[in-house]
Order: sequence, then structure tokens, then C-alpha cells
Amino acid sequence: MTQEKRRQWSEQIDANTPLFKLNLKEIWKYRDLLSMFVKRDFVTFYKQTILGPIWFFLQPVLTTVTYVIIFGKIAGLSTDGTPKIAFYLAGITIWNYFSEVLTTTSNVFTSNATIFGKVYFPRLIMPLSIVVSGLMKFGIQFILFLSVVIYYTYIDIRIHPNLWVLATPILLLLMASLALGLGMTFSSLTSKYKDLTFLLSFGIQLLMYATPIIYPTSLLSPGLKQIMSLNPLTGIFECFRYAYLGSGNFEPLMLAYSLIIIFIILLIGTFIFNKVEKSFVDTV
Amino acid sequence: MSHIAIAAEHISKQYRLGMIGTGTLSHDLNRWWHAIRGKEDPFLKIGEENNRGIKGESDYVWSLKDINFEIEAGDAVGIIGRNGAGKSTLLKLLSKVTKPTTGRFNINGRIASLLEVGTGFHPEMTGRENIYLNGAILGMTKKEISRKFDEIVDFSGVERYVDTPVKRYSSGMYVRLAFAVAAHLESEILIVDEVLAVGDAEFQKKCLSKMGDVSNGEGRTVLFVSHNMAAVKTLCKKGIVLEHGKLVFNGSAGEAVSYYLKGDNQQENKKVFGSEYSNSIFSLKEICIKNRARRFDEPIVQDDEIELFTEIELFDPNTSKYHITYHLYNELGEAMFSFSTAWDNLTLNQGLNKLVCIFPKHFLQSGAFSLSLFVVEDKRNAIFIEKDIITFTVVDGSRELGTYMGREPGFIRPYFKWEIQ
Repeated sequence: MTQEKRRQWSEQIDANTPLFKLNLKEIWKYRDLLSMFVKRDFVTFYKQTILGPIWFFLQPVLTTVTYVIIFGKIAGLSTDGTPKIAFYLAGITIWNYFSEVLTTTSNVFTSNATIFGKVYFPRLIMPLSIVVSGLMKFGIQFILFLSVVIYYTYIDIRIHPNLWVLATPILLLLMASLALGLGMTFSSLTSKYKDLTFLLSFGIQLLMYATPIIYPTSLLSPGLKQIMSLNPLTGIFECFRYAYLGSGNFEPLMLAYSLIIIFIILLIGTFIFNKVEKSFVDTV
Repeated sequence: MSHIAIAAEHISKQYRLGMIGTGTLSHDLNRWWHAIRGKEDPFLKIGEENNRGIKGESDYVWSLKDINFEIEAGDAVGIIGRNGAGKSTLLKLLSKVTKPTTGRFNINGRIASLLEVGTGFHPEMTGRENIYLNGAILGMTKKEISRKFDEIVDFSGVERYVDTPVKRYSSGMYVRLAFAVAAHLESEILIVDEVLAVGDAEFQKKCLSKMGDVSNGEGRTVLFVSHNMAAVKTLCKKGIVLEHGKLVFNGSAGEAVSYYLKGDNQQENKKVFGSEYSNSIFSLKEICIKNRARRFDEPIVQDDEIELFTEIELFDPNTSKYHITYHLYNELGEAMFSFSTAWDNLTLNQGLNKLVCIFPKHFLQSGAFSLSLFVVEDKRNAIFIEKDIITFTVVDGSRELGTYMGREPGFIRPYFKWEIQ
């Protein structure tokens, strides 16, 4: 075939695809599909429930109450002098978003096998839509958190929201990227061998304890603190709490570290996902 | 110079049979080890052709092997072949659901595939919402869908229900709506699998005439997979015949149909057994299904008597206790009916029995069927059950030109006697 003739093809389906090829143009072309998936998740969530979005409030409220009793009262963990409810709710609100995106994207191949097996669209649309859909639940829980913050700012002098609150979108983006990167890696690895699915659920649980959610880092010994700072989530959680409550020992450098690590994880995730997506239908 | 819409170059697809476990892991590691040393995948050298009738030696089969063809823009091409010949695999590769093991497709134009209509329909969402969602899954933009919305609703004929969740739809309405979305997708290349053209006769006619419009009037390229030889002949210009994953014929639609109907090597309609179905009471020797007037290696046509031959050896002297029952299933896996030697009180002989059961002509509709065999004791207990012991495909022989060319609804198509009183 001549070089000239080759150029006229609008598309090629090739057995040998380059190792790293991210077709952003194609994803952009399918942006309407992404918004449709998000809309579907939104619309179908409330269908045939009476309380609707109230269910989103209930979960963080009950979890916070539990934490206040167990970690605050019984275990007596310090909360850096901030009101316990605000302290725990801050951690729970953003952790919920992270863990939900991670869990759902980890199952993206297995739970969408039927639709992937019948129609082609850029597979990356699916995990991306999960990230966006998760924001809507987060948004509702975030409103709850904000009201608590506003309430305490007026009646209590112990919390000091500051300009760092403007960094919230960046923090979310970082968390979403980390969840996406890890989730895509897991979903790719488990599409053929299911072994890792067992690791995931307790892995998330362990990760929660390795992240400063129920305790402030100021409580840790210097050595332990060193180890903890390896977790890219530590910087994000400390920053979030510092921004809204004005407590904790947050340093911008931690955030820079998170940014680098998360970028690498996202890169690896996309790479593996790309490799698997073309033919996972045969093995899932 | 004529324009090529699709060019397939050395397309192959290998599948691994059996379970995924530690065995596959060692193969994967082996493959990976070859890959990092820059060597060829060792498992591509093995594998055998896909023939379900023969018990294979290897865990790897080639569902498609070295397929080459070119399809010109604007042509309607029928793809014919028996079940398992690789038709669906070919369509799957073209619609990018999975990628070929080797080779490449060069494509010119957007491909829309009607492999499975209604993919991604969410039961809780309304018809309107599902039109948008399904359209987007198929690759349409919101704007395109809005522009075509009225046309789609009109074509489907479910105006009254557009704002009702689709879970309240009848199955017919569901399929109509789904097909309507897919049919209005703007694409240069359309892939259609006939099996899904279900629904009532009126709607089928609509679908087929839409297909006709698409290939004739609008100048789009159509790939049409069907067991309906009449429809292939009428709707298509060109034909491709696949057999055991290989392309065996590529030419005009008429020639392709006659090549296929002539057939050879149709070993699946006859199964000879060694000792796999033997016990102290009986031994099953052979099952064969064919047209009465034709050989077993020819396709089974609808408009001729069909003969089911069962050879079974009975060891138990008390032969009147035993009966043979078959269950017939359609291609959707739904049981159609059963038939049994018990109903005639037919007594088998001790020793070898050559049983023949005749289906009248014009009885089974074209399509794929499978039979399950039961050996029944005392008309009560099934002492032996083998599901899908044989599968076979019935094709349309010929139809008068000018008559309805679509697939008639249902799975049987009896000719009844009509009288004017």
C-alpha cells in the first residue's frame, strides 16, 4: 500500500497498539456521553426514594457521632483543640469522596462488562464519569460540613477558616486523581485475575487509618510522622483541615510532594488501563 | 478510483478456552518474558481452527484466521456462515469491542453497529432520557440527538410513553425504541446483525426497508449478518462466506449464497460418539440432523422435511421401560417444545436402534436451534440428560421474489391449510 493511500483512512484498528497512547481528542468528542452518565447517576439515585438526598446527610452525621463517642470520648484522642464534631466531619467528608471514587473505579471493568462487551466508546469515559458523579454526593455532604463550620465560627472562637479554603478545588482534584489512578490500576489488574479484589476492601480500610482522619498528625512521634508523610493523602487532609478549621501542622511542601506522587500514580494507572481496555472483554 | 470503506489485512483472533487460573498465569508470564526479549508470542504459533464438533487438542482456538477483504464504499455486503464460523467475532472486532490478535483494519468513515440494540438503557429512566443516553453511548453528540429526536420517536412509535420509565415498557416497545436510536445514527458504515431484528412483523418490515434505504438511497456501506438467504440476496450486492474462522468465499451476494447452500464440511450436523455417552443401560452412538433429501454436510433448508437420526444401543433386556425424549431450544435458549418416543409407545429393540424422527417441511423457522437429549425410564425418571447435544442452523431456501424478505416473527413457521367456505 502506498504512503499516499494510507493517509486517507479515517481510522485504523490495529492489533499492535503503541504502549502509551492517550487519545484525548476522542475523549473530548465523547464529552456528551460523560455528562449523560453523570446525569444518569444523578437521576437514578433519587428514583423511588422518599427522603432522596437526605440519605447523603445521614451517613456522615451518624459516622461523626460514632467517631465522637469512640475516638473522642472513649479513646480520648486529641483534636488539636478544635470542636470534635467539626474535626471528624472534615475528615469524613473528604474521605468519603476518595473512598467512593476508588471503590467504584476499581470495579469499572467487571461491573460494566456487559456494556463494554457490546459497544465501543473510549473506556476512560466510565471512570471519569465516576469521578464527576462522586462530586455530587460530595457536594451535598460538603454543604453539611460548611454549615457546621459557619455555625462554629460564630459561636466558638476555636476555629479559624482562612484563605487556604480557596485551595479546595485543587485538593479535590488531587484526591480524584489519586483515586482514579489507583482505581484504574486495580480494575485493570482484576479484569483477568480476581485475586486483588480481596486486597482492595481491607486495603481501603487500612489506608483510612494511615491517613489523619480520626487523629491529628501533631499526636504522632517524629518518627511515625515521617512515615505518615509518605502517604500522599496526609498533605491533602492536613491542608483541608487547616483551611477550614485553622488547626494542625500543615506545610505547603507536603502538598507539593502529594502532587508529584499522585501524578506518577495517575500516569501508571492510565498506562495499565490503556493496555488492558482493548481486549479485557475476552478475559473478564 | 473506487473508494474503499473497510480493508481487512491479515485479521486473526485467538481465544483461549477453559478456565482462567494458575495455568493461564504461567502462559501470561511466558508471553511477557518473550515480549521483553523482543521475541514473538509463543502462543500465536499454536491453536487450531474453531470447530466445536471436534474435541480439540489445544486450549487455543483461532476464531478468525488470516482474514483479508476489501469493501467498497456504498456496497451492502452480506456476511454468511454457520454458527461459530466467526461472524460475530468479525463484527466485534469491527465495532472495536475487542481488538484483533494480529492484523489490521483500515476504515474510512464512522462505523455504527447495531450489534446489540438498547445497550446502556437504564430501566429507571424515561424513554426521552434513554434516547439521549443510548445515542451518546453510540457516539452521537447531544446536538445531533436533539435534531433527530422527533424522527426517532416517530420511527419507534412510542410517542405516548416518552416520559415514562422504560421499565414500564413492553418488550416490543423497548426494542422499537432502541432500534430507532441506532438506526438514526449518522454514519458512513452500518453493521447489522439480523438476530436482533425482532419485534412484530410491521416493525421488522420498517427496519429492513430502513436498511434498504441506507444502502441504496443514502449510499452508505452496510454489513449485514444473517441466516436469511433471501434477505441477503435481496438487500446485498456482495457476499462473504466464513467457515471455521476462515474466509472461504468473497464475491457477489448471489454466488455467495449458492456457495454457502452447496456447503461442504458441515460436520456439526452429525455427531459420532465413542464411549462418552455409555453406561450399563445404553450407549449413544450417533446423532445426525439433515434434510431428508440432502446430505448431512449440506445446510438444512426450511422448505424441506428435516430428519433427526439417533443411533443408540440398548443393553437392558427390559426395553419397553426406556424412551428417548428431545427438547428443542431456540437461539435465545428458550425451550420451544419436546417430543418423545414415549408418546407413540414406541418400544426400542435390545441392541442397536436406528431411530428416525421427521419434522414436516415448512415447520421450523430459519435460525439456530439446539436439542437436548433425555433417556427416560418408566416415563418418569430421566436417567440421562445432555443439554445442547447437537446444535444446528436452519436457513431459508428460497422465497418468491417480490414477497416480504424480512425474517418472519417467531421460531416455527408452519403452513396451515386455508379454505374458503
